[in-house]
Amino acid sequence: MRRILAVLLENEAGSLSRVANLFSARGINIESLAVTPTPDETLSRMTIVTFGDDRILEQITKQLHKLVDVVTVVDMTGQNHVEREMALIKLRLRDEGSVDDLQRVNKVYRGRIADVSALCYTSEVVGTSEEIDAYLAAMAEHEVVEVVRSGPLGIARGEQVLSIRQNQ
Amino acid sequence: MDNLKQSSNPETQELTGAEIFTRCLVEEGATTVFGYPGGAVLHIYDELHKQEEVDHILVRHEQGAAHAAEGFAKSTGKVGVVLVTSGPGATNAVTGIADAYMDSVPLVVFTGQVRTALIGNDAFQEVDTVGITRPCVKHNILVKKVEDLPLAIKRAFHIAGTGRPGPVVVDIPKDVTEQSMVFSYPQDPDMRSYQPTIEGHAGQIKRAARLIAKAERPIIYSGGGVISSNAHEELTEFTRLTGFPITNTLMGLGAYPGTDPQFIQMLGMHGSYEANMAMHHSDVLIAVGARFDDRITGRLDGFCPYAKVIHIDVDPSSISKNFRAHVPVVGDARKVLRALTDELRDGKYTMPDISAWWGQIGEWAKKDSFAYEQDMDGEIKPQYVLDQLYKQTGGDAFVTSDVGQHQMWVAQLYKFTQPRRWINSGGLGTMGFGLPAAMGVQLAHPDAQVCCVTGEASIQMCIQELSTCRQYGLPIKIINLNNRYMGMVRQWQDFFYDSRYAMSYMDALPDFVKLAESYGHAGMKIEKPKDVEPALREILSLKDRLVFADFVTDPRENVFPMIAPGAAHNEMILS
Ligand SMILES: Cc1ncc(C[n+]2csc(CCOP(=O)(O)OP(=O)(O)O)c2C)c(N)n1
Ligand SMILES: [Mg+2]
Repeated sequence: MRRILAVLLENEAGSLSRVANLFSARGINIESLAVTPTPDETLSRMTIVTFGDDRILEQITKQLHKLVDVVTVVDMTGQNHVEREMALIKLRLRDEGSVDDLQRVNKVYRGRIADVSALCYTSEVVGTSEEIDAYLAAMAEHEVVEVVRSGPLGIARGEQVLSIRQNQ
Repeated sequence: MDNLKQSSNPETQELTGAEIFTRCLVEEGATTVFGYPGGAVLHIYDELHKQEEVDHILVRHEQGAAHAAEGFAKSTGKVGVVLVTSGPGATNAVTGIADAYMDSVPLVVFTGQVRTALIGNDAFQEVDTVGITRPCVKHNILVKKVEDLPLAIKRAFHIAGTGRPGPVVVDIPKDVTEQSMVFSYPQDPDMRSYQPTIEGHAGQIKRAARLIAKAERPIIYSGGGVISSNAHEELTEFTRLTGFPITNTLMGLGAYPGTDPQFIQMLGMHGSYEANMAMHHSDVLIAVGARFDDRITGRLDGFCPYAKVIHIDVDPSSISKNFRAHVPVVGDARKVLRALTDELRDGKYTMPDISAWWGQIGEWAKKDSFAYEQDMDGEIKPQYVLDQLYKQTGGDAFVTSDVGQHQMWVAQLYKFTQPRRWINSGGLGTMGFGLPAAMGVQLAHPDAQVCCVTGEASIQMCIQELSTCRQYGLPIKIINLNNRYMGMVRQWQDFFYDSRYAMSYMDALPDFVKLAESYGHAGMKIEKPKDVEPALREILSLKDRLVFADFVTDPRENVFPMIAPGAAHNEMILS
């Protein structure tokens, strides 16, 4: 089952590799990982997407928490949360007339053209991971030459805030 | 690390990083350091040379330093300290660091590092120590400037010694040891991200008590965590109050008196028949400071099929990792056991009558599964030597061991009645552990009887430490059970490879007596069963010197019972 974790950790050299190491040492794949400093620059925030049953997730959550650099771990999977991923997609359109096609799909998926060159269009799409998958599927008849995706970011809905005191 | 909380007595004089290093050790009361010098740590060594508060013990190989610090730590409960140079000094220490990690031994390992300006340049004797050790430490820290050094050391000792203990590596570049600053030692490690849970959850303790009061076939299974948290008295009180049978893991021996009638011996792969059968048939399993590793559980889907599990551990990740706990209690074993005992004494519960269960256990115990026979005209049985060692030391010695058959026989036959007397490498199973660990024990307990039970293969892995023993006059008694085989390997080859002894014969052995003598120790070779008793008497009476006792034992003896890997507790091979 797909899982999404939010992690606050000390913003120090090596913290990221501790987390990455933990997953590989325990034989669990990281599907995606996004990390940046928070407004409090002593902390970084990670959003990790992984797969596993309840037992694996319980173990990985505990192991993450055991890392001395990790301050907070929250499994957002079952909680009401907003998830967004960004993708940059470089396309070679089938023919010149296909620009309409591109704009139509962009309209549906709130995409926009970020760059144009003689041969390629690069579009920028923000949405859930499924929406990005769907966007790519919708562009299947064109040549997708390159895709870069950020991996999802997650945040709880409502008043709940990921803080250094909140833990499971 | 910029939020330094300075201690109250500010000084004005600047100290170098190397001076600060020794000052911090004194502040921590860590006045025995095991180490080996090299370029990156020469400023520190110079400083150690100038002062008298910190004792430095020079080992002969950095692995030995780490194991010696483990022996020191395990036998005292204090944090062990190691100091090695960069590059090969650090990599040589890694085995000992990993060993300490697996057995939750509190160590602070200081490694020298190349100058900060050179880091990443493949400089002479540069390795990424923090990267190499990351998977086998509780935490590690690269100190980038002298201002960070006091807090890094404060945190290292705090992290190593609290919660579930473990090794912490502090990597110190050479230039950090020459930079200077006004020193003050922080009072507070100041860590928002590290706060181990100590008190057990009151609701969980009540649930545990209810389960205990309803048990029909209960068993207490306790491990090294009880020893780490100094919970042996609380464990004994709890066990006596309940009247339940208790078994210990390899790492937990000594936490409950091995001579007590409620003690049903060690469990696991080479555990007693009664302990493993009682585990298998139990309906309530009370696990304390134990982690359900595969040498304990055997095949997981055949493990304790009828039991409701109460699991007490300070490390939440140990709970339900391998085996589902019904009542998890996160907390320090000592505090939780005390709270549980108080709860059970509260008058709300009556202890169950488990006389039928004890009857059943008594039946299993009749198998006498650790029994052996010594033919006084035949070859020396290794068990006989250990039996005699036990009798002659009154169960009171510190015993370290290496890894193999001899280790299992000590665990089976030496009845430890106190914690921190049995010092061995359980989790990593590191051959070479025994002798350096014994050095740490002997240094911490100069007047105590310290025995290192080893095998002719294991002892050769850190044999160079005989020189250290000579330098510091450590009167360790080496009990070498010399069966001319990597006995444990040969045993597996007997059982699982049709006795094809691939590389398990120990050819070209040295003359251990002469070897010991060449290092300035006494050596003795014992070949006949009738000589075992008098020889041990003599060896143990030589208080002022190390004796290397080479017992030539039966090369065919195997360790029984055995649960083959992948088998369940009720599928033991008895003999
Ligand atoms: C460093 C290391 N290498 C290899 C092993 C695998 N191993 C486990 S027991 C053993 C044999 C030990 O032989 P010995 O010390 O003579 O003890 P015995 O089993 O004969 O009592 C070996 C090779 C190990 N545990 N540690
Ligand atoms: Mg041997």
